[in-house]
Amino acid sequence: MAKDEFQSRQFKVVGTRVPRPDGVDKVTGRARYGADITAPGMLTGLCLRSPHAHARIRSIDTSAAEAMKGVKAVVTRADFDVTPESSGNRDVLDNVMAGDKALYDGHTVAAVAATSRSVARAALKAIKVDYEVLPHVTDVDEAMKPDAPVLHEGRQQESVPEGYSQNVLARSQYGHGDVDKGFEEADIVIERHFTTAATHQGYIEPHACLATMGGDGKADLWCCTQGHYHVRDTCAELLGMDTGQLKVTSSEIGGGFGGKTTVFLEPVALMLSRKSGKPVKMTMSREEVLRASGPTASTSVSIKIGARKDGRITAGWGDFRYQNGAFEAMNGALGAMCGFAPYDLENVRTTGWEVVTNRPKAAAYRAPGAPMAAFAVESVVDELAGELGMDPIDFRLMNAADEGTKAAYGPTYPAIGLKSVLEAAKDHPHWNTPLEGENRGRGFAVGFWFNFGGNTSVSLMINGDGTVSLSEGNPDIGGSRASMSMMAAEELGIPYEHVRCVIADTASLGQNDITDGSRVTFAVGLATIKAARHAIDIMKARAARIWGIDEEAVEWVDGAAQPAGPNAGKFEPMTLKEIAALASKTGGPIAGHFEVNAEGAGVSFGAHIADTEVDPETGAVKVLRYTVFQDAGKAVHPDYVEGQMQGGAVQGIGWALNEEYIYGEDGILQNPGYLDYRIPVASDLPMIDTKILEIPNPGHPYGVRGVGETGIVPPLATLANAVSRAAGVRMTSLPMSPPKLLAAIKAAKG
Amino acid sequence: MRFEAPTSPEDAASLLAATDNARVLAGGTDLLVRLRAGQVEPEMIVDIKRIAGIDAITSEDGGWRIGAGVSCAAMGEHDALGADYPGVVEGAELIGSTQVQGRCTMIGNLCNAGPAADSVPAMVAAGAIAHVVGPKGTREAPVFEIPVSPGKTSLAKGEFIASVYLPPRGARGGDAYLRFIPRTEMDIAAVGCAVNLSLADDGTVEKASVVLGAVGPKVIEAAEAAAALIGTTCDDTALAACAEAATAAATPIDDKRGTVEFRKDVTGVLARRAARIAYTRAKGETS
Ligand SMILES: Cc1cc2nc3c(=O)[nH]c(=O)nc-3n(C[C@H](O)[C@H](O)[C@H](O)COP(=O)(O)OP(=O)(O)OC[C@H]3O[C@@H](n4cnc5c(N)ncnc54)[C@H](O)[C@@H]3O)c2cc1C
Repeated sequence: MAKDEFQSRQFKVVGTRVPRPDGVDKVTGRARYGADITAPGMLTGLCLRSPHAHARIRSIDTSAAEAMKGVKAVVTRADFDVTPESSGNRDVLDNVMAGDKALYDGHTVAAVAATSRSVARAALKAIKVDYEVLPHVTDVDEAMKPDAPVLHEGRQQESVPEGYSQNVLARSQYGHGDVDKGFEEADIVIERHFTTAATHQGYIEPHACLATMGGDGKADLWCCTQGHYHVRDTCAELLGMDTGQLKVTSSEIGGGFGGKTTVFLEPVALMLSRKSGKPVKMTMSREEVLRASGPTASTSVSIKIGARKDGRITAGWGDFRYQNGAFEAMNGALGAMCGFAPYDLENVRTTGWEVVTNRPKAAAYRAPGAPMAAFAVESVVDELAGELGMDPIDFRLMNAADEGTKAAYGPTYPAIGLKSVLEAAKDHPHWNTPLEGENRGRGFAVGFWFNFGGNTSVSLMINGDGTVSLSEGNPDIGGSRASMSMMAAEELGIPYEHVRCVIADTASLGQNDITDGSRVTFAVGLATIKAARHAIDIMKARAARIWGIDEEAVEWVDGAAQPAGPNAGKFEPMTLKEIAALASKTGGPIAGHFEVNAEGAGVSFGAHIADTEVDPETGAVKVLRYTVFQDAGKAVHPDYVEGQMQGGAVQGIGWALNEEYIYGEDGILQNPGYLDYRIPVASDLPMIDTKILEIPNPGHPYGVRGVGETGIVPPLATLANAVSRAAGVRMTSLPMSPPKLLAAIKAAKG
Repeated sequence: MRFEAPTSPEDAASLLAATDNARVLAGGTDLLVRLRAGQVEPEMIVDIKRIAGIDAITSEDGGWRIGAGVSCAAMGEHDALGADYPGVVEGAELIGSTQVQGRCTMIGNLCNAGPAADSVPAMVAAGAIAHVVGPKGTREAPVFEIPVSPGKTSLAKGEFIASVYLPPRGARGGDAYLRFIPRTEMDIAAVGCAVNLSLADDGTVEKASVVLGAVGPKVIEAAEAAAALIGTTCDDTALAACAEAATAAATPIDDKRGTVEFRKDVTGVLARRAARIAYTRAKGETS
């Protein structure tokens, strides 16, 4: 299928900035988010959450709550009488409803459904849980020690060497060459230790769902999610249902960033509905979101890099210790894979560690694992460039990966955009305008992300009036309805306004993987183009039938079928609209569809420049100027692409400067609210400038690469490099909050 | 839950005295948030905003009387008040956002008794007096005495504050309030500091007050920091002494908002910076 691959072409719709289809609904309040879904007679469901970081649950007495007027169901783990097949789903079950132990502050131990919120609240207070409080651990380095309190017995994988706590679940190693030899060849070697705090995605919309299950066991679920097929599959297993009996519809979504690739309330709401026989609505408060959804891993990372005087890196080594919360995850491995991915290295070796602690299970957050790794590697790279007296961009250009480079994590790169990104940054006015003034510093860093493809299913209907209805199965968190409509319009040769794209429920399309891995514009886009081509083939056949010529003698040009050449016969072109009008007379409705497990998502690189100013007396940091450079392959809707780049930068700035999960000695989260969990406010930020580069992805018909995640990879390091320069002291611990930065400045002054 | 909106201060006081668990509602920007979060469950809420005249800013004996229903935004729009007490107004105007400003009151900020309340240090530094109405009549109390510890005031059952009085400004006076927050807005002070100065004819400081917020269970009057300014022209030596004394007077705790060392350091920095601004303003120069 040669047409699968990228073919250079003149675009008409793709690349323009058309109005977004969800704009009016969102601005006027008509859009329905998770908490906006209602059903007659619905109950309010609430969770009872552990007040302890680590405790054995001796018993739960729900009798008083059950006896209360207005309480229609109380659920505990005893109600979930299934043992899921995969360890992943066993963990999900343990996470959504604690089993023998509560593993973190905020872990759900029981839930109620009642006729009102106040009754439900009172019922929670009436549930008696007998806890045996256990020692806890929330820090990754502490949790790895052999004498640390253990969360799970017997879960450690064989890859972990002896001498570590059972909390270390897995170790993974990557690299090639001989790093010892590489370090010997180096003229200069820098080794540093870094830490980053756990941060939350900070989506505005809290998790919410509405579940209804009938007496016949059929169920419907509406929820705010990045992947309703995933929700369906997981919930069906946890509830012991056939997948086909559960229909899940995704609501409009108020942000996810990876944090809604998860299941929390949904199985609980379904169980409450099964027990009560009524629809049950559940919404998390912000406090619940912060305590019990999925933040990022916190990390402790060691990096060592050696280089020759001429600027060539001779070896890179990294140890990536990631705290994944109370359950297994693979953030450490992802960090170990991504850290050195931008570089062409002869000798490189990295190790990723997966560690459990008494914190909520880490979820994905835009390029999971990569930003912390880039923070560590890019900080050392920056220091090396400084020591060598080289320009930070030139130093990276000299060592940059390119087509044919064996990546630090294994594969050999096809065409990639890193060097173009670096050169664009080097040529940009931002880089070429000197930063003047005291206490100011400029920082630069690059970042990498894999991007994914995955299972995708799209259906495209040609309506009788020549308009097009397009169904995709991935919640639109970054403008996919606009982008899909644009690609369909482009391929069909019709105006963008003639296409309406909807997010179909789980009963209406084949499997669709979660909206994650920056996969949607790539994979769903590919499937949309293929579905359009399928519909075009049908329309060509209809025209051929009308004209009485061979199907092969018809071609599709500018939204119309026409004879492929003079030999095919002389017929006036038939437009899509004309063919659609005759559909029922020429064979019935016309629709295209396409199902694929998409491969060929091209990796993406980005580079960021930041100018900062530090108040040396208070440790406050001001971001003066910020520019993002990123390879989008092809920017289908440039506004959205720029938005992704800006959003990633802003979230990264928050991560670098003030955001952090703060746990007390007691293992309780100290800041479960936006007052003390400090995401940046608008006035903290300059306009984030963007420069989109388009180095086509060979694996997509239009050259599209994912853009949703790469943007959060460089900013941690970019800010650290800028602030370190402005403050005159190397910052190796995030966030660089004012107390931490002021202490570092004072320590450096002696 | 009962909701009452009396129109006279006396009715308000007797309603408040009638139950053990009644709460005054001014702007509601603290109270409603706490209600929603389930932190308070009062039996009765008494909205004081319908009391006649409670939303007025009036000139009185050369000073200013600010009613308990005056929103912080209204204070910000009052030019004459702002000219006399720019520090008091900037403290009140730092609260929240534009939306919050339209509702919140300076007296609500005071009675909420949060250690980090932004409008309180400048009010205390100005020597403001609270006009308290209760079931047994009225009394005047220095604003400094209203908060006693986090969330607790010295107001007795049935009492509420109807207004606050700012004394006459005098010819050569000026004040300033600065706070430190990790972000640029919508945040809670890690340190707050107000300085209020009156100058003698020769331009030296005659009277001074330095008041600290967020570095103790309630506002702190840093008398030695103030004394360091008296008789000086707020030169660098005087400012350094003021900063050092302010740092020494601060009694912060280590918590999620900062370490003891950080808060003490920043207290000194803010005292120095606020004193410089207050001095410039007292001299009639713009800052
Ligand atoms: C988004 C947001 C941002 C905020 N930012 C800040 C900030 O930057 N700085 C800051 O200091 N605060 C801030 N606050 C807190 C709050 O806005 C202020 O404390 C405000 O001044 C409270 O005034 P209010 O009129 O709304 O008080 P209310 O909520 O009406 O009352 C507060 C408390 O005082 C009592 N009370 C009110 N008036 C009287 C009275 N006349 N007599 C006796 N008791 C009374 C009430 O019973 C209640 O306990 C913020 C709040 C929000 C929601």
